[in-house]
Amino acid sequence: MSIGLFVTCLTDTLYPQTGKAIVALLGRLGHAIEFPQAQACCGQAHFNTGYRPEAMGMLRRYVDVFAPYDVVVTPSASCAGMIRHHFPVLAGQYGGPGLREKVAQLAPRVHELSELLIDVLGITDVGAYYPHRVTYHPTCHSLRALRVGDRPLRLLQAVRGIDLVELPAADACCGFGGTFAVKNADTSTAMLADKIARINATGAEVACAADNSCLMHIGGGLSRLRAGVRTVHLAEILASTEKDARKS
Amino acid sequence: MNDVVFPGAPAFPEAARTALADTRLRRNLRKATGIIRDKRDAAVGECADWEALREAGAALKRRTARHLAAYLVQLEEQVTAAGGAVHWAADAGEANHIVAGLVRAAGAEEVVKVKSMATQEIGLNDALAAEGICAYETDLAELIVQLARDRPSHILFPAVHRGRAEIREIFLEAMPAYGRPAPAGMTDEPAALAEAARLHLREKFLRAKVAVSGANFAIAETGTIAVVESEGNGRMCLTLPETLITVMGIEKIVPRFEDLEVFLQLLPRSSTGERMNPYTSLWTGVHEGDGPQAFHLILLDNGRTATLADTVGRQALACIRCSACLNVCPVYERTGGHAYGSVYPGPIGAVLTPQLAGVEHAASLPFASSLCGACYDACPVKIDIPEVLVHLRAQAVEAKRATRRLPTAESLAMTTSSKILASPKLLSAAQRAARLGGRVLGRDGVIGPIPGPGRAWSSARDSPVPPEQSFRSWWAGR
Repeated sequence: MSIGLFVTCLTDTLYPQTGKAIVALLGRLGHAIEFPQAQACCGQAHFNTGYRPEAMGMLRRYVDVFAPYDVVVTPSASCAGMIRHHFPVLAGQYGGPGLREKVAQLAPRVHELSELLIDVLGITDVGAYYPHRVTYHPTCHSLRALRVGDRPLRLLQAVRGIDLVELPAADACCGFGGTFAVKNADTSTAMLADKIARINATGAEVACAADNSCLMHIGGGLSRLRAGVRTVHLAEILASTEKDARKS
Repeated sequence: MNDVVFPGAPAFPEAARTALADTRLRRNLRKATGIIRDKRDAAVGECADWEALREAGAALKRRTARHLAAYLVQLEEQVTAAGGAVHWAADAGEANHIVAGLVRAAGAEEVVKVKSMATQEIGLNDALAAEGICAYETDLAELIVQLARDRPSHILFPAVHRGRAEIREIFLEAMPAYGRPAPAGMTDEPAALAEAARLHLREKFLRAKVAVSGANFAIAETGTIAVVESEGNGRMCLTLPETLITVMGIEKIVPRFEDLEVFLQLLPRSSTGERMNPYTSLWTGVHEGDGPQAFHLILLDNGRTATLADTVGRQALACIRCSACLNVCPVYERTGGHAYGSVYPGPIGAVLTPQLAGVEHAASLPFASSLCGACYDACPVKIDIPEVLVHLRAQAVEAKRATRRLPTAESLAMTTSSKILASPKLLSAAQRAARLGGRVLGRDGVIGPIPGPGRAWSSARDSPVPPEQSFRSWWAGR
């Protein structure tokens, strides 16, 4: 089974450690993963902001780059949602029959990390070790677009050494929402304030999620307030081992 | 443009900024949405077949929309056969004109009103006032809003933005001008406030010759109209006056009587979190010696036919006005309803208002959402609100493109970034540029507040300094 990594433009640019963690994790589990270097972005921000024709160049490239892989994995539920749910809409609106068919073939093979691990590879205990107090924020698109349910939590529960604490009102949006965070910055900030208050209330050292976009928002707020809580992507926790713990 | 959008209302981000700073509003909304959310979850949780009910409700609404023209004609035939009169109104102006004419023909100068979104949508009270006719709201919350010369901020709880101390002040100050004053020494205990409203309204119920209502459902096969409510004040209006005028949006039709079985389970559990609403009034035409002797049904279009023509957007017409989407919305919970500048606030308002009024008249509303999807999960008739929001965002962008000679800063940024993000070469170059920018702006590994276009993001959030090596360059060199 060939696995292609869609690292996402955000993780590529700002959070390379998440991509490296997926490579390390899958390698440890005995699966080769490839990063096709011709990849760029899925166009989610453009689609969600109403710039649909502009998203088409990104869609075409995406489909060409990832069509050869049996499955595609990505560390972002919202990007996976873009491909699974919105690519068919976009291709239906602006693409020909050939592109529509290619999208229909590819879209169901694109998985968020926890889906790949549990549904495709059938693994819940990835053999990770992470001796920290962690709270998990399930992102909106993981819950309500992809419906990953408690998959990420099951993966975290199997991690040795972890002190996993429940986040109150965990399913409430953090207020990111892509360009919403800029176009409606005040409302977004009000939502962020409540999310941060709840994270602080857990006494956690690490706030974890399965999407670096939401983590950029939450982490940006935690950092500004010097809250003393850091954000870490799910993949990085799952990739951690006793060896990493000794190093840090 | 019709009356769905309040004239002169600021765009959502601006209105939201004001609302977010109103601490009393924030406290009232936090409390109210929290309570109603819990009640709704409990009422829905005990229904083992909830998902099947939702699917049934959605299917009935889809069917109605598909055959709307036929059902409307059937409804007209049945209402007429039962002794009612049916009027067709293309827009708010026509509907208001018809109501005013009917009130005058009945020899009345005042009407009592059942809580109704359709009459709010057409601005009926103001239109009647211009004709010298007083319209009295009889729903407790609508009464509070009317006495305060305010606007509703929630579909189901129009005065949700008010606390009980405010309501007491409003009653003491405004009731004398409208009728029986509030009792001297009235406290802000809910029972005392309700008693003052009861005494104030009783006079109007007993005096009124004409009542105006909306409709929750209209049954095509029987010509029966249904109104559900909690207080019984609606029942007073529907039974005591001689003439009853009902204004309903054309999408409120259900095909058969038995379809109510589905909706009378979905609606109360989703709206008030009750198994059943306290009052359900059904009437079919007129009956001698029982209730109003003249019944007029006004079928209101006001943008609905245009909405129906949009195959994605039309699902908004399935709305049964339960407000579950408002109560679960993290945006609504913080800004309240007034920020939406429309009769229809919250997530459903953000998809309904731009369609009824024209997207160019409410262009900020489809963007007033983080697309978190809580509204879709709560909707009893499965309106995919996030899907319609992004659909309308595309329409808003296209409408702006069509009317502007020069592109906006946003559209320039979107066009430029779409080229960079479609090319690994350009993306790599942009990553190198970001790294240089990060060296200039970063301190101790983070980028703090920055002026200019970066302000909106950076005023409340730090950003990471782009790392020395992007993932793609690490992969290439490994």
